[in-house]
Amino acid sequence: MKLDAKIPDGPIEQKWSNHRFHLRLVNPANKRKYTIIVVGTGLAGASAAASLAELGYNVLVFSYHESPRRAHSIAAQGGINAPKNYSNDGDSIRRLFYDTVKGGDYRSREANVYRLAEVSGSIIDQCVAQGVPFARDYAGYLDNRSFGGAQVARTFYARGQTGQQLLLGAYSALCRQIDAGRVKFFPRREMMDVVVIDGQARGIVARNMVNGILEPYAADAVVLATGGYGNVFYLSTNAKASNATAIWRAHKKGAFFANPCFTQIHPTCIPQSGQYQSKLTLMSESLRNDGRIWVPKKRGDTRRPEDIPENERDYYLERLYPSFGNLVPRDVASRRAKEMCDQGYGVGPTKLAVYLDFSDAIKRLGRSVIEERYGNLFDMYHEITAEDPYKTPMRIYPAVHYTMGGLWVDYNLMTTVPGLYVIGEANFSDHGANRLGASALMQGLADGYFILPYTIGDYLASETFNPVKTDHAEFKKAEQETERGIKKLMSIDGKKTVDEFHRDLGAIMWDQVGMARSKSGLKKALQLIPALKEQFWKNVRVTGSDLDLNIELEKAGRVADYFELGELIARDALHREESCGGHFREEYQTPEGEAKRNDARFSYVAAWEYRGARKGEVLNKEPLKFEVVKPSQRSYK
Amino acid sequence: MNLTLRVWRQRNRETEGRFETYEMKDVSPDMSFLEMLDVLNINLIKKGEEPVAFDHDCREGICGSCGMMINGRAHGPGHRAATCELRMRRFEDGEVITVEPWRAASFPIIKDLVVDRSAFDRIMEAGGYVSAKTGGVPDGNAILIPKPIAEEAMDAASCIGCGACVAACPNSSAMLFVAAKVSQLALLPQGQPERKSRALRMVEQMDKEGFGNCSNNYACEAECPKQISVSHIARLNREFLKAKIL
Repeated sequence: MKLDAKIPDGPIEQKWSNHRFHLRLVNPANKRKYTIIVVGTGLAGASAAASLAELGYNVLVFSYHESPRRAHSIAAQGGINAPKNYSNDGDSIRRLFYDTVKGGDYRSREANVYRLAEVSGSIIDQCVAQGVPFARDYAGYLDNRSFGGAQVARTFYARGQTGQQLLLGAYSALCRQIDAGRVKFFPRREMMDVVVIDGQARGIVARNMVNGILEPYAADAVVLATGGYGNVFYLSTNAKASNATAIWRAHKKGAFFANPCFTQIHPTCIPQSGQYQSKLTLMSESLRNDGRIWVPKKRGDTRRPEDIPENERDYYLERLYPSFGNLVPRDVASRRAKEMCDQGYGVGPTKLAVYLDFSDAIKRLGRSVIEERYGNLFDMYHEITAEDPYKTPMRIYPAVHYTMGGLWVDYNLMTTVPGLYVIGEANFSDHGANRLGASALMQGLADGYFILPYTIGDYLASETFNPVKTDHAEFKKAEQETERGIKKLMSIDGKKTVDEFHRDLGAIMWDQVGMARSKSGLKKALQLIPALKEQFWKNVRVTGSDLDLNIELEKAGRVADYFELGELIARDALHREESCGGHFREEYQTPEGEAKRNDARFSYVAAWEYRGARKGEVLNKEPLKFEVVKPSQRSYK
Repeated sequence: MNLTLRVWRQRNRETEGRFETYEMKDVSPDMSFLEMLDVLNINLIKKGEEPVAFDHDCREGICGSCGMMINGRAHGPGHRAATCELRMRRFEDGEVITVEPWRAASFPIIKDLVVDRSAFDRIMEAGGYVSAKTGGVPDGNAILIPKPIAEEAMDAASCIGCGACVAACPNSSAMLFVAAKVSQLALLPQGQPERKSRALRMVEQMDKEGFGNCSNNYACEAECPKQISVSHIARLNREFLKAKIL
C-alpha cells in the first residue's frame, strides 16, 4: 500500500493555513447529526472532545478511569513549550520548529512539526483563558524557564505540576460540555476493539469494567487518544494502567503502526530500589536547569557525595557538551549516564545511578528560590528515598518515559483506516526519534484543540455514511471475538500471575530493546518474547469472574497485547540499521559515541501493516523529505 | 518487617463486607504501601483467591486515584502524601494495620477498597470551569495576574480530587474540594464573570450529592496530601453568601 501523508504543497509557513482553507466544512446546523467517539481523556482526548462538542458535534467519551481527570497527562511535571519570545531571547516559530526537527534527529515530518510550532502559542492563550495558574513574574506577566535541547527559555510552567494544571483546564472544558449535554462520558470502560464497516471506522466495543458486560457503541468517526506504550517495558514512568490495548487492537483492524522502536528513555528518574518495585518515578527535566550532573572521578568510589571534593568530581555533561552542558536532549543525557555506570562510575547501593546536585544552585540563589521552583519534586524525592535533596545530591538513573512511535497518521491525523483518528502520544507524528522536553503537552493540546477539530470536519463533510446500528454483524463479530479472548484468559488457570509475566517481558525488553540495542540482542529478544508469550497463554492465572470488577483480567488483556507489540518493537529496531535519537544501535555510532544516522537508507517512517495471524507484519515506508532543515549530525557541543 | 493486615473485602455494593486478616512477611521498609499490597495480591492469586481491588494509577501522588483509610486515617500516617507515596518505613515491625475504603455515603463502594467518586465530577460539571470556548481568546500576557494571587490560586488548584477531605471529615463534607475550585477561580480575573453562579451552582450540587456541612473540624486540611488550606473554605463561604445575598 502506498502511504499518502497528504502533506499540503507550498512553502512551509503557508502549508497549514492553505490546508485549512481547502478543508471542507460541516454546516453548523448539521454538526449535531454526527456522532464522534473519543477514547481517552488525557490532554489530547479531553481537549478534542471539548472542542468538538463546542463546535456542535455529538460526542461520546470513554475512559478506563473513573473520571477524566485521572489520565496520566496529569503527571507531567516540567512545562509546555511555545515560542512566544516573551523572554526576548530570539525565539520564533521557526526556531522551535528547527529545535524539534533537530531534537527528533531528523526522523519527523517537517510539515507536522512546523504546524505544531505554529499553533503552540494559541495553546498558552487558551489555557490562560481557562484559568490555568501558570507561573507569573512580579509584574504579573507569564514566566518562562529553559529545557533540554533548546537555548532559549520558552517553557511555560505551573510549579512542577504543569501537566496537572493543563489537564484540569481541559477537563473543566469537558465538564462544561457534559453539563451542556453535548458530551456523554462513559467511565470505567476499556476499549476492546474498533468496529470497521464498509471500510470506515464506525464504532467501538467497550468493556464495562464494573460488571464486565461488553457494550457496543456506534458513531461516524472514532478518535483514539489513548497515550503511549512505555509500559511494555514493565518498569517505566507511565501510570500503572497506561496501556497499548486500544491502539494495538486498532492496528490489528488495519491501522499501520509507525516507528515502534522509537521509545524514549528519560535521564532523570529515581533509581530502582528493589524487585517488588512497581513503577519508576520521574524527576522533571526542569531540574537540569539548576542541578549539575556528576559522578566521582574514581571508579567504585564509596564516599558520601558531600565528602568528595570538587576536583575529584566529573561533571561529564558539562565536560563533553560545553555549550548545552546539563541541558543536552534526553537521549544524549540518558546514554551518557548509562555509559558512566557501565564503566564503573555509578553511585548508590546498586551503582546504577549518577548524582544530580543542587548545592551550587542553592549557594547561588538561596534555598527559597530552589524551593519555589522545585519544592514538590524535592518533597517527592525525600519521601521515596528518605534522603533530603537540599542537603545531599539526588541519585538519578534513566527510565522508559515516552514513546515517539505510535499509530501512523496522515497530516489530518487520520490512520490508514478511514474515519479512525489518533491524537497525542498514541500517534507517531511530531517527535521523530526523540522528543524534546515540554513538547508532549504541547502536541497533545495542539492535536486536540487546534488540529483535529478542523480536519475531522473535512472527512465528515466529504464521506457518505450509511446508517449503522450496534446490531450490525461487524459489531456482533467484534463482541464475540473479544468475549472469546476474555474466556480464554479466564480458563487457563495456570500458576503464574500476570504481573510476573509482565515483569519477565519487561526484563527482556529493557535488556535487549532498551537504551542500547544490537543485532544479536534483538535477535535474542525475537526468540525470547514469543517463547514467553506461549508460556503466558498456557500458564497465566486469572482469578475471579469476568462478569465483575476484575483487576487481574484487565491486566491480562493488556499484557497479552504487550507480547505482540514488544515483538514488533524488536523487529522494527532490528530492521533499522542506524542509530537515531532514542534508537541506539551499538553497531552504529560515531567515534565520540553519538548516534550515527544513515540518511541514505533510513530517512523514512517505518509503518507496519498487520496482515493477519498467518502473514504477520509487513513493512511500508513513507519517505521523509527535508526541504527546510538540512539533516546534519546533531551536535550539542 | 512482618505485619498483620486487616483489609475490608466486599464483592460489590449489594453484598455485605467484612474484614479479612492477612499476615505479611519480610516487607521492605522502602516499599510503598501499594507495592506492599501488590505483594499481598500476588500471594492471594497464587492461592487461587481474588486479589484486593483498589484504585491507583500514577503512583506518584498526582492522579488522585488511590486512597484508603489506613489505621483510621485518610492516606495513612504519611505527611503531605497520598497512599501511593506512603512508604512502609512509616510503620513498626509487627504492627497490625487496618485498611478500609473511604467512608462516606456519597462515595458508595464498588468493590473492596474501590469507591465511586463520580459525585466530584458532577460538582465540577455544575460550574468548576471558565466558559472559555476554544479559540478567540486574548494573548496570555494580556491578562495580568499579580504573582501572589497566581501563587494562591495555584495552591488551591493543586487539589488532586482524591476525596481524603471527605473521608477524614466527621460530617463527610466536601467543602474543601469545592472550596479549592471556587477559590482558585474567584481569585483569578478569568473567573470573575461567572463568579456568583459558580459558587451557587457548585454548592447546590454538593448538597444534592449528600455531602455534609463544615463544622470547622479541620481534619480535611490535616489529611490533604496537597495541604490545601481551610482558608479556602472561608473564601467559599464568603463567595456563596455574597452570591446569595447581594
